[in-house]
Amino acid sequence: MRYTLLLHYPEMTAEELGEEVLDQGKAAMAGYAATLQQAGVLLGAEVLQPSHASTTVTTRDGKLRIQDGPFADSREQMGGYFVIDVADLDAAIGWAAQAPGAQWGTVEIRPGAVHTVDGVWTPNA
Amino acid sequence: MDAERLSHPRGRDDDGARAAAELAARASYGRLVAFLTSGSGDVLLAEDALGHAFEQALRRWPVDGVPDRPDAWLLSVARNRQRDDWKSARRRLSTPLDEAGEPAMTDHSEDFPDRRLALLLMCAHPAIAEDIRTPLMLQAVLGFDAAQIGAAFAVPTATMAQRLVRAKRRIRDARIPFEPPGPEALPDRLPPVLEAVYGCLAVRPSGPDDGPAPSLAEGLFLAELLASSLATDAEAWGLASMAAFLASRPATGPFVPLEEQDPQAWHPVLMRRGREYLERSSRLSAGGAPGRFQLEAAIQAAHADRARTGETPWTDLATLYAALNTVAPTLGSLVAEAAVLRRADGPHAALRRLDAVALQFPGAVERFQPLAAVRADALEAAGDADGAAEAWERALELSAEERVRAYLRRRLDLLRTDRLQTDEGRV
Repeated sequence: MRYTLLLHYPEMTAEELGEEVLDQGKAAMAGYAATLQQAGVLLGAEVLQPSHASTTVTTRDGKLRIQDGPFADSREQMGGYFVIDVADLDAAIGWAAQAPGAQWGTVEIRPGAVHTVDGVWTPNA
Repeated sequence: MDAERLSHPRGRDDDGARAAAELAARASYGRLVAFLTSGSGDVLLAEDALGHAFEQALRRWPVDGVPDRPDAWLLSVARNRQRDDWKSARRRLSTPLDEAGEPAMTDHSEDFPDRRLALLLMCAHPAIAEDIRTPLMLQAVLGFDAAQIGAAFAVPTATMAQRLVRAKRRIRDARIPFEPPGPEALPDRLPPVLEAVYGCLAVRPSGPDDGPAPSLAEGLFLAELLASSLATDAEAWGLASMAAFLASRPATGPFVPLEEQDPQAWHPVLMRRGREYLERSSRLSAGGAPGRFQLEAAIQAAHADRARTGETPWTDLATLYAALNTVAPTLGSLVAEAAVLRRADGPHAALRRLDAVALQFPGAVERFQPLAAVRADALEAAGDADGAAEAWERALELSAEERVRAYLRRRLDLLRTDRLQTDEGRV
């Protein structure tokens, strides 16, 4: 069975966290990814950029509507995800608008910050 | 761009000259920011680098003299700074950065390409919140600071600064592209750009004097920049025309309704520019229906015609407003149409229209100052002094601008004096 582990936590800047806490967190995440990799259960992981970089789109009214900011509607729940690798936000919006889910819901486009390659965190280009 | 021609011929010549010089400096600022942003798409980094270059200039030019080509000098210092920032970013991320991030430029050429259209499009990208697009343009394209923009939008400096930085981080982090879309997607991207420039025209400088706040002259500058960059867009020329007509009218001194203003106080050069741009817009849209901004420009042109004919063409205005409210009805344009109907068809026609608008926009009666003022004027003309007094008072409550408040108070006083005299006459 494939499971997706969704991480929810308060958004804090590097300055707010402090270098020590940040380093502890990075080490913990590196160890966790390596452990999952070793156990042969890791299919992929992403740590996303903060919500200020997020864009939401929907085509529910038959027309593409684009909004600045993260998804914020408690009636809708997260139902799935796609990870795509494209040049810029316009390309990402283009693909998101074609997602069938955009017709009956909302698609949030959040740029990635780091992702795992063979269990090792790698910054996004 | 004819920035130097913006100076008003009557009085305030110093102010006019200063404004013209500032606009010329802003023209170069925007070109530099646009070009520095064109490679990386990072407007925050571009502005920081240019800010550093200006600091260097302030230190070195008084000693070394002003270079032959100041823009090229600033650009070269800013690009070195940008390169340093890229290198340190590379160290930080230990990830290869796109070398293509640096735009190609022959170092001997002062004439670097004008990428301000792309910058305007990026500021008004659909993924940027609508209410920050105009402030973003004023900052990135014209170099106003957060205090000046905050004053224009009646927002505290710190709040405006925070919102501007957030928007620029978003452009960088979400990778909102700097390259404008191809011709097939451009029509979809233009309306928000026109809207944001239109927003500059609605800016009302207020608050503490933190230096010159953006005004109509800047809105006109951006509209002309947009129109000349696109060249063949009828709506962009319509917007430029409308901006020129609005800028031709006095922005300071006591508030006087447009139809009561002295046409001699209108700037003839700007009105001529308004007419030229409108003709251009009409030629470009020939065969098709006129768009919203062309109609708005035609309305301003009709008012400006009074300078030649001595009369406001109310019937023509009613036709133009009817067309505008078919294409792009807004609360403001519907109320403005009612004001025109009061002259063209009488106060009862205006009141009927206002009742319909109030039904269509629930709550507008309590919130929208122009609706209260137009209603007051129509009620007064229809002979309902009590209703008019009440409506003038409501309009007064809803006005923040002191020039407008002074006018509304005068109307209310006049009405009360009239009633007093009528009552005395009856006794």
